[in-house]
Amino acid sequence: MKVLVPVKRVIDYNVKVRVRADGSGVDLANVKMSMNPFDEIAVEEAIRLKEAGKAGEVVAVSIGIRQAQETLRTALAMGADRAILVVAAEDVHQDIEPLAVAKILAAVAREEQPGLILCGKQAIDNDMNATAQMTAALLGWAQATFASEIVVDGDQATVTREVDGGLQVVRVGLPAVISVDLRLNEPRYASLPNIMKAKKKPLEEKTPADYGVDVSPRLEVLRTTEPPSRKAGVMAKSVDELVDMLKSAGVV
Amino acid sequence: MATLLIADVAEGRLGLDATAKAVTAVRPLGDVTVLVLGPEAAGAEAAQIDGVARVLVAEDHALAHRLAEPAAELVRGLAGGFSHLAAPATSDAKNILPRVAALLDVMMISDVTAILDESTFERPIYAGNALQTVRSRDAIKVLTIRTAGFDAAAMGGSAPVERVPGVSDPGLSAWVEDRVAKSGRPELTSAPVVVSGGRGIGSKEGFEIVEKLADKLGAAVGASRAAVDAGYAPNDWQVGQTGKVVAPNLYVAVGISGAIQHLAGMKDSKFIVAINKDPEAPIFQVADFGLAADLFEAVPELTDKL
Ligand SMILES: Cc1cc2nc3c(=O)[nH]c(=O)nc-3n(C[C@H](O)[C@H](O)[C@H](O)COP(=O)(O)OP(=O)(O)OC[C@H]3O[C@@H](n4cnc5c(N)ncnc54)[C@H](O)[C@@H]3O)c2cc1C
Ligand SMILES: Nc1ncnc2c1ncn2[C@@H]1O[C@H](COP(=O)(O)O)[C@@H](O)[C@H]1O
Repeated sequence: MKVLVPVKRVIDYNVKVRVRADGSGVDLANVKMSMNPFDEIAVEEAIRLKEAGKAGEVVAVSIGIRQAQETLRTALAMGADRAILVVAAEDVHQDIEPLAVAKILAAVAREEQPGLILCGKQAIDNDMNATAQMTAALLGWAQATFASEIVVDGDQATVTREVDGGLQVVRVGLPAVISVDLRLNEPRYASLPNIMKAKKKPLEEKTPADYGVDVSPRLEVLRTTEPPSRKAGVMAKSVDELVDMLKSAGVV
Repeated sequence: MATLLIADVAEGRLGLDATAKAVTAVRPLGDVTVLVLGPEAAGAEAAQIDGVARVLVAEDHALAHRLAEPAAELVRGLAGGFSHLAAPATSDAKNILPRVAALLDVMMISDVTAILDESTFERPIYAGNALQTVRSRDAIKVLTIRTAGFDAAAMGGSAPVERVPGVSDPGLSAWVEDRVAKSGRPELTSAPVVVSGGRGIGSKEGFEIVEKLADKLGAAVGASRAAVDAGYAPNDWQVGQTGKVVAPNLYVAVGISGAIQHLAGMKDSKFIVAINKDPEAPIFQVADFGLAADLFEAVPELTDKL
């Protein structure tokens, strides 16, 4: 079974986001970019499936600007076998929407015929949480979102999902799209020898036109603003003082 | 314009708070039809929410656990005639609605915090570090609503309730089990007071300190991701970018450092109190009242004195 892992290049989760004063967006020039944290977990899971003999080949896919190559090289260094880069934008500030990403992923899946697509639950830049579900819809496949445990067994997978009330277990027939949550695994670091080896692994370059997909956005971004900020309040010196403060503020 | 609003249903019961808040959010868009994927009783309750014009109830086996594939088929089938499809941003809605959007070839608009007009919406991005205003060019707008910022619509309505046929289960996935922890405490996302614990609590047993304070305040209990990852607290207590978003009157953060991913889930609380032994902890930058102290001494004392 082949596993397809879509990985997105996003601002590193440790970087403090700066909203441009003119409302035109978030500054991404010259900031540290990394693989979306959820996608690292998806890559790790795919490699573990391979190591367990349940997956044959792991193919990483990224859609975006050419620099997403670096993200794909990271996936290859972690252990993916090959990569597909779909160059869909020129400018780092141009985000490709989940619907267009899903259309491209569905087209890649029709070509590659994977048994499983392992997505992240959400991209930490747009926080949309949509691509996995949309890809499953376009392919007419089963979906299991927010996975904290995946057991692949023959032509089906049993997935434990993190949901509002606790956990839900579902069984999906393969092929399926699964989106992974943070507690699924702890992704490995790529070792230096593997980083070197990754440079020689195949990375194929494509365009949305190769798949006949129009990536023009459906949502026009009118403005991006800074949220109202909170001010630091007062420090109590003791529990007694805190109790007094809470009472006089009328919150307890 | 008319909205099809998918009600929050959990364990066969209407999630009234989330549904009533979502009704307030979408009301300016015109007639509101509520779709209940669940039992008739849940539909009858939804019919009493003020501002609801009509309730549709679809109760059948394939939908009982709101599996995404049949639920999305059903919603897609009902979408004709509606300008907007919406739902409170629950884990169920996040599972189902993007699938519906793709079936309709429209973009998903997740976690909407404000509806500015029929096609313009505000939503947080980058863990709430920025707010984006977007205008949709799609014929049908598919939204999940972040309900924390809306007041619940009042009760007192009496909308007609209609049954709609279910769908044939495409059989792509099957429900196996729900592992739901029962607690007598209020529900996290609607509780007026939330007490959350972080890695500083140090153990599962240590969480009792947090729970006792919560019980004293009649509060729900939350947790940071670090506390959940370490096994001190169950996953459904997680507050933050990837957990639940809460905006209670009072949020008490105990042994939580205040990472942006955690703040994303609680910084719209009306009043924030932080207890942390590190006076430099970033959580104090958003707290109205702070106490730099060891939680194992301060929290039991606070519980006693309140
Ligand atoms: C993609 C992504 C998504 C994430 N989503 C979330 C999310 O949804 N929610 C979330 O919470 N996090 C999330 N995180 C994790 C987040 O970045 C932080 O790692 C996490 O919030 C830290 O939890 P904490 O504050 O409990 O732990 P720490 O940062 O370790 O802080 C523990 C605090 O306890 C204090 N302390 C220790 N002992 C005591 C004592 N005896 N008395 C008083 N204080 C004490 C310490 O001073 C410290 O400030 C996410 C991270 C990523 C990468
Ligand atoms: N441009 C992209 N390239 C590759 N994968 C993506 C891209 N955008 C989204 N994804 C995948 O879809 C997941 C969810 O993203 P989103 O729906 O944007 O929150 C991510 O974690 C990735 O696995």
